[in-house]
Amino acid sequence: MSRISVRTLFFGVYGELAASREGTADLPAGSTVGDLVETLRGARGHDWLPERVVVAVNQSYAETGTPLSDGDEVALIPPVAGG
Amino acid sequence: MSDRNERTRPTSIRTAITPDPLDRFLGRAPLGSHSDGAVLVFEGRVRDTNEGRPVARLGYEAYVDMATRELDAICREAGDRFAVGAISAAHRVGELELGDVSVVVGVAAPHRDACYAASRWVIEEIKRRLPVWKHEHYSDGESAWVGAPEAVTARLPRDSRVG
Repeated sequence: MSRISVRTLFFGVYGELAASREGTADLPAGSTVGDLVETLRGARGHDWLPERVVVAVNQSYAETGTPLSDGDEVALIPPVAGG
Repeated sequence: MSDRNERTRPTSIRTAITPDPLDRFLGRAPLGSHSDGAVLVFEGRVRDTNEGRPVARLGYEAYVDMATRELDAICREAGDRFAVGAISAAHRVGELELGDVSVVVGVAAPHRDACYAASRWVIEEIKRRLPVWKHEHYSDGESAWVGAPEAVTARLPRDSRVG
């Protein structure tokens, strides 16, 4: 089965806890946002990441079932606090 | 001018996510046009307390590319929802001192009702979905990410955790 590579970005408190604020994750083709979050929470040492973390794909808010494509930019978004 | 004409006039939009002071973001040129009889400017400033705790200063981090798109989308949606002529909105990033302006929402509209409604809607949407994070530095030397889940915050080194 072919694989895809996505760019991961961690912001705010997630950025402080992540091994690095920017990284890449390799996933099986056909993976979704939910699959990426599971991978990050498991094998990649980000077990503190909430199961229902808010995610943006290519700078738009995405759902758990949103499919990922090779080269996507995926951001892990803590509760926002602008204003 | 009929309400219909006012509604079909495209809303003029200007936005910024910027490390520069916002005092002069709106500039000297009047917001909107001669069709707009109401102008409202909302400024959010850095407050010296949060939930009873003295704040010394704070930092704003943004996902700048997405925040730029999202702020533009919020203003465009406001233009569709309300009869307004112009919206200018900006959010500051970086380190801010007490009293510094962190967010500006300027709205010009033919009438005050739409002006107030659009202004309120835009600032609430900014707070709800703009990807910006506030790092508060307290007078006692501690600091915290505002709104961060407790289970996540508990994993931070002790010196940067909520006290």
